[in-house]
Amino acid sequence: MTANKRRSVISWLFLLPSLLGVIIFFVAPFFVVIYYSMIDNPIQNNFVGFENYVTVFNNAAFRQASFNTLKFSLVSVPLAVALSLFLAVVMESRIPGKSYFRSFFLSPLMVPTASVVLIWQVLFNYNGIVNKAITSFGGGRIDFLKSDYAQVVIVVLFLWKNLGYNMILFMAALSSIPKELIEVAALEHASKAQTFWYIKVRFMSSTILFVTIMSLINSFKVFREVYLMTGDYPYSSLYMLQHFMNNTFASLDYQKLSSAAIIMFVVVSVLVFIMYQVENFYGKDVEG
Amino acid sequence: MIRSADETAFIAAGNRKRAEYIKTGIVTLLAVIFAAIFLLPIVLTVTNSFMSPSEINANYGSIFATTQKGGKVFVSKTVNLKLIPDMITFSQYFTVLLRSPEYLFKFWNSVIYVVPIVVVQLLIAMLASFGFARYDSRIKRAIFFLYIVMMLMPYQVTLVPNFLVARFLNIYGGRWAIWLFGFFSPFAVYLFTKFMKRIPQEVMEAAAIDGANEWMIFTRICMPLCKGGLASIAILVFFDYWNMVEQPLILLPDSDLHPLSVFLSKINTGEISLAFAVAVIYLIPPLLIFLYGEDYLVEGISYQGGIKG
Repeated sequence: MTANKRRSVISWLFLLPSLLGVIIFFVAPFFVVIYYSMIDNPIQNNFVGFENYVTVFNNAAFRQASFNTLKFSLVSVPLAVALSLFLAVVMESRIPGKSYFRSFFLSPLMVPTASVVLIWQVLFNYNGIVNKAITSFGGGRIDFLKSDYAQVVIVVLFLWKNLGYNMILFMAALSSIPKELIEVAALEHASKAQTFWYIKVRFMSSTILFVTIMSLINSFKVFREVYLMTGDYPYSSLYMLQHFMNNTFASLDYQKLSSAAIIMFVVVSVLVFIMYQVENFYGKDVEG
Repeated sequence: MIRSADETAFIAAGNRKRAEYIKTGIVTLLAVIFAAIFLLPIVLTVTNSFMSPSEINANYGSIFATTQKGGKVFVSKTVNLKLIPDMITFSQYFTVLLRSPEYLFKFWNSVIYVVPIVVVQLLIAMLASFGFARYDSRIKRAIFFLYIVMMLMPYQVTLVPNFLVARFLNIYGGRWAIWLFGFFSPFAVYLFTKFMKRIPQEVMEAAAIDGANEWMIFTRICMPLCKGGLASIAILVFFDYWNMVEQPLILLPDSDLHPLSVFLSKINTGEISLAFAVAVIYLIPPLLIFLYGEDYLVEGISYQGGIKG
């Protein structure tokens, strides 16, 4: 065995504990789930092919839940990326007490979920603070969590929780862009917008990908707060895929649940794959 | 009025300077407003924890009025947002700490779950990330992609697999059910690998030529260079598991084993008068970690984004 080959084998040994755990706890059961998704019930075990998938697709609750989840992610993730980039650019300019602001923006990370839920209820309940403010300006009260504004409330919550973290990622990326490049651009009469889009954004493409991935994870995690605030059956625009899964789990319908899980798995994989391809395309000539 | 060129330039420079000041002022003001919004929930939780239960009920009772049967206290129609209590009392803390041992008991549960998970998940992740970063190959990249996808899965997707494995391994309903899934979570592996890949291969090669074996390269070169990452990832993992709600609900039917996070989410609807004090107590460990480790956290986060996965 050559030295290189030997070291490559050793590198697999380092990987082994994690790989074993992941296979036992996450990958192997997934195959069981695939199996479950293709049988009619756990007692008779008749193979039914994709019948369960068809049933799930035709399920109105599943459709509603997918639509809501997709809508939420499509709105909140780009918003989180754009706003945190904006905040990072703002923080880049000279303002006093920068590091304090940084801490303040990061602080939502540590607030326990339950307190977040409590405060959000105080704010957005029908009798809550926001409504109080609206009525004092002569507006009508809105039952936020039971109206079409419900998703807006959740988007705000999501942004509040995650902007700080994203912002720091962007601040770091902005400061790592070579100064010479920006100076050259200025010498060649590039406008500020041009410098921003053609140099800074391209240089940050891997950070943007990373922030998008993290935001996507966190957009799924917001379910925790939604669930604690509104329970099993919230207003229809808040009914997420996670609600669907939770309720299906409660009713012990493993077939439906397994098919839904597999569908979600495939969709998320495809999404991540596309993001990687896009990033590769834009960032390939930039040394990250 | 005729001005000399010098004078005009002087005035222009002054205007520019003034414009600069105004701009800085506006930006700072915006940042202050933003920061206030971001801080409000924490400040509110802390100050309200010093209110007496009756004051809390009077202020917020209307939100939870439906869940409280026959409340005897006066409940105002709308919620009052009060930052400063009418009277500062420690009665909430007194009740939580001295009269209701179940809170401390659950707090201890939380510690028992989170500390081992953070330690072991990080250990496994460090080893794995070295494996990923060293000798890149096509298979490893495919596996890494799988890790990312798995990490992205909402908990509800892994809920069935988790449940099945827990049953199969006969750990369902016990502490190991929470521990084992935490130990092998791909999250830390993903973040750590991003760190490890920042270390130039040449550095490791140089060490290898000097006679270091892989283990020495790992412990003497990679680990010290990843110190900032270690702290920041530990903090993130800690925050994540400190707030876990779903896993215990699915895997632990016995509520005596539940961590405080699950319990806390229930008292919001029940004993709201104590919720703030419990929340503050629950906030203390993350707060200490945050204050102590913030620089690491920032430094660590800053490094995470920079490299291609």
